[in-house]
This record gives sequence, C-alpha cells and structure tokens, in this order.
Amino acid sequence: MKALKCRECSREYPLGATHVCEFDFGPLEVAYDYERIRQSLTRDKICSRPQNMWRYRELLPIAGEPTVGAKVGYTPLIKADRLAARLGIRELWIKNDAVNYPTLSFKDRVVSVALSRSVELGFKTVACASTGNLANSVAANAAAAGLHCYVFIPSDLEQGKVVNSLVYGANVVAIRGHYDEVNRLCAEIAGKYGWAFVNVNMRPYYAEGSKSMGFEIQEQLGWQIPEHTVVCMASGSLLTKIHKSYQEFSKLGLVQSQGWKIHGAQATGCSPITTAQKAGLDFFKPVKPNTIAKSLAIGTPADGFYALKVMKETGGHSDDVSDDEIRDGIRMLAETEGIFAETAGGVTVGVAKKLIAQGKIPSDSSAVLCITGNGLKTLEAMLGHCGESRVIKPSLREFEALLASDQAEAAS
Amino acid sequence: MVEVLIPPQLRRLCDGEEAVEVGPGTLGEVLLQLQERFNGVYDRLCQPDGTVRGSVLVLVNDEDVRFLRELQTPVRSGDSVRLIPAFAGG
Repeated sequence: MKALKCRECSREYPLGATHVCEFDFGPLEVAYDYERIRQSLTRDKICSRPQNMWRYRELLPIAGEPTVGAKVGYTPLIKADRLAARLGIRELWIKNDAVNYPTLSFKDRVVSVALSRSVELGFKTVACASTGNLANSVAANAAAAGLHCYVFIPSDLEQGKVVNSLVYGANVVAIRGHYDEVNRLCAEIAGKYGWAFVNVNMRPYYAEGSKSMGFEIQEQLGWQIPEHTVVCMASGSLLTKIHKSYQEFSKLGLVQSQGWKIHGAQATGCSPITTAQKAGLDFFKPVKPNTIAKSLAIGTPADGFYALKVMKETGGHSDDVSDDEIRDGIRMLAETEGIFAETAGGVTVGVAKKLIAQGKIPSDSSAVLCITGNGLKTLEAMLGHCGESRVIKPSLREFEALLASDQAEAAS
Repeated sequence: MVEVLIPPQLRRLCDGEEAVEVGPGTLGEVLLQLQERFNGVYDRLCQPDGTVRGSVLVLVNDEDVRFLRELQTPVRSGDSVRLIPAFAGG
C-alpha cells in the first residue's frame, strides 16, 4: 500500500480510517506499488501458500499479517454441466461463495480485510450497515477476534440473517427503514464515534477484499480470465472489484491479457443500475426497493456509476428478474448442481438465463456465475415455493402406497 | 430557521461547526447561504453545471432530494438539511 487516493481527483491521503475525499466527496481507493509487486508475486509463490484468500496478500490492503479471517476464501469453482445444458451454453462455472468460511457468503472476504486493517489501526469497536450477510460476517469475525461489535440492519430482514448476527453476541440494531436509510444513519454515526465502520470509514480497505473472489476464479480456471462473468449487484462494488482483479492479474503478467465481459444482475424490484445500463445511461436514478432479494435491496447504490462504467468498458450487459424468476433461479441451481443459493444467487442465475437466451452471452461461449450467499439464510423466500414434504406413518405399506401413487402420476 | 448538518469532511472548511442555521428558501438558495458564510463549500457539494455532485447525498427532512425537486426543493423554516457522503455501504 502506498496511500489512499481519490478516484475522481487523484488527491492522496494517509492510510487511515477515511473513505471520501474532502474536496469532491469522491471515493478513496488504496494505491499499490505494482512495480514492486510484479517483482515478487509469481504463480509459483501463490501456489506455495495455503488455500485461502490471503494467498494473494500483496494485492490486499493490510500492512502486516492478517489477524482476522485467516482461513477465509478459496471457495470451490464448480464446472456446472447440468446447469449449462439447462441454460443452453457450452461451458458454465459456478464460483460458490455460498460455502465461504465462516458465515457462508462472500462478505467474509471483505470483512477479513476490513477487520485486519481495523486492528492494525488500533480500533476496539467495529460496526457496519448491512442487508444481512455483512452483519453476520462482522459479528462472527469480530467475536473470533475479541472486538466489540455493533451491526445496523433494516428491521424487516429474514430471521436467518438476524439470528446469524445475534448468536455471536453482537449488538444488533434494527432500523425501521430500508437499507439506504440504515446506511445514511451509519455514515453519521461513523462521523461521530471513533469506531471502525467496515463499509463506511474502512471502505477503501473493505472493498478490496472482493478482489479475492476474482483472483481465485482466474487461478482456478488455470490462470485464465473467463470470457463472461455474471455478478449480482447491490452497491455494485463486487462487480467493479472482480473487474479490478482481472486487470491486476493481467497487469502483473499472471494471466494472459485478453478481452472479458462483465455482466450485472439485479432484481426488478430494485434495479437502478440495470435500468440505467439497458437505457444506455452513465448515471442511475435512485429507487425505493421492493424485492425478495433483500441482500440486493439498495436503492442508492454507492458504486452504481462505476459498475455502469465497467459494463460499458468491457462490453458487458445487464438485466433484472422478478421475484418468481428469482425463485426459479434458486430452484434451477439447486436441482441441477446441488447448490442452494440465497435470493441473490437466484438473481444471478435468472439474469444469466436471460442474457444467454438474448444472445448477449453467446451459447458457444464460457461463463462464470458468482454465487455470493447461502440459501439457508433466506428460507422465507422459498417456503411454500418448492413443494412440501409428505407425511406418512412409519409403515412399509404406507410408503409403498405413496410410491405407487408417484409411479402412476409419472406414467400419466 | 433551517438547520444544516455539516459532515466531518466539510467541518474544517466550516470552522469546525457540526450544524449551521440559515434562512429558508429553495435548496439551492440554502446552499448559497452556506457558501456566503464558508467560502468554497458550494463547489465541494455541486458540480460546475450547478447540479449536486453524485458523490453527495442531500436530504431534506430525511428524504433524498433526487426524489424531490433537487436544488429546486423548497426548504421551510423548521426543516433540516443533511449532507452525507454517498460512497458508503454495500
């Protein structure tokens, strides 16, 4: 790390807990010394390290060794032949962060960076504004690190996500309002209290953690950049950081530089970025969210502008899906690949299906779908939408009657 | 009077004030009153074309002014204006 640098005006700031430029409110990003990294980081060196996200540590913004989340990452990249056949594409891969350690979402990546950096900067209390997964990860990782923790969430979140924060002993504050209102409140709290808010004043470090998902995809594909990557968008940050990971590995000569397209996915009930992209606009219009994909329900996406830019620059597309299409996407992934994704995963699969059908992802190409969270946390979305178990007595006769009825139904 | 809450990023420019009182008017007029007291503040919040920067959230009584009338949004006596950096969350 060299400094924090404003993405808009390039002014530099010291590597502290601050996230926006004082002159134009532009986002601050970590600047690296790529020449130095190029001299030391090789494929062999990466391969010699343990299989977790810290094998790319030169490209992650902490000064010393990671102190929080040392085992996060290196989730499976699955060749999804059965889903590929269903969607009508030659080759398909699932990057499965639904099994990320320890809290079953990609947020463990960003949190391990943010909290490791928070410890380096001397913070004792950590916090976040969250749609659920981030709160779970901050709560769990803070508990393991012995840090005091406050998480702020909208009050209408899925029970699974609420319990998954409470169980770690975190202070869970539920706000009567949607995520954007939670976020604004947290920006003000972060300005008033000396806490490390992972996605407010620690955001320059936090956001960089998402790159590790992209680094892993490239390594797991045999040091290649996928032709097409489909990423769900809430703030849009993950999409921009996957792109950055491809740029960085190219720049460092770790992969052959080639064209790639990054496509964005949203729920129709909260689609400010895809609406702008489909209209060919560079700017989005904020919306009031109304979707079952609560983890993506950000009506004023912080990185919306930059996500639009990445899609435009890479020739990517985007689309959005209804609540029913989200459930179909969840079921399709579960039935073909045995992976139970949360609602955001249903969005990604549903949008990939649309983009393939529209020819925007050609049927003879190869694509990676980024699955970011686990379906066990959003059970409410699927309750009553994937059949019901049938109850019988512990009797062989009753089971055989059930089987006969199934066979008769299959034959008819 | 109208209360304008000043974010930490602007406090150095605003003599360390956390909140400032100005007269009512349109939002644009409220921001120009701020500019009269703290030279340079308007340029940090607005672009050369006069629109609010995408990097700043301006709320009048807790509502994003992009859902209202942006700089033409009326701000009455007793209303509050909050200025918040947009690059947060997610």
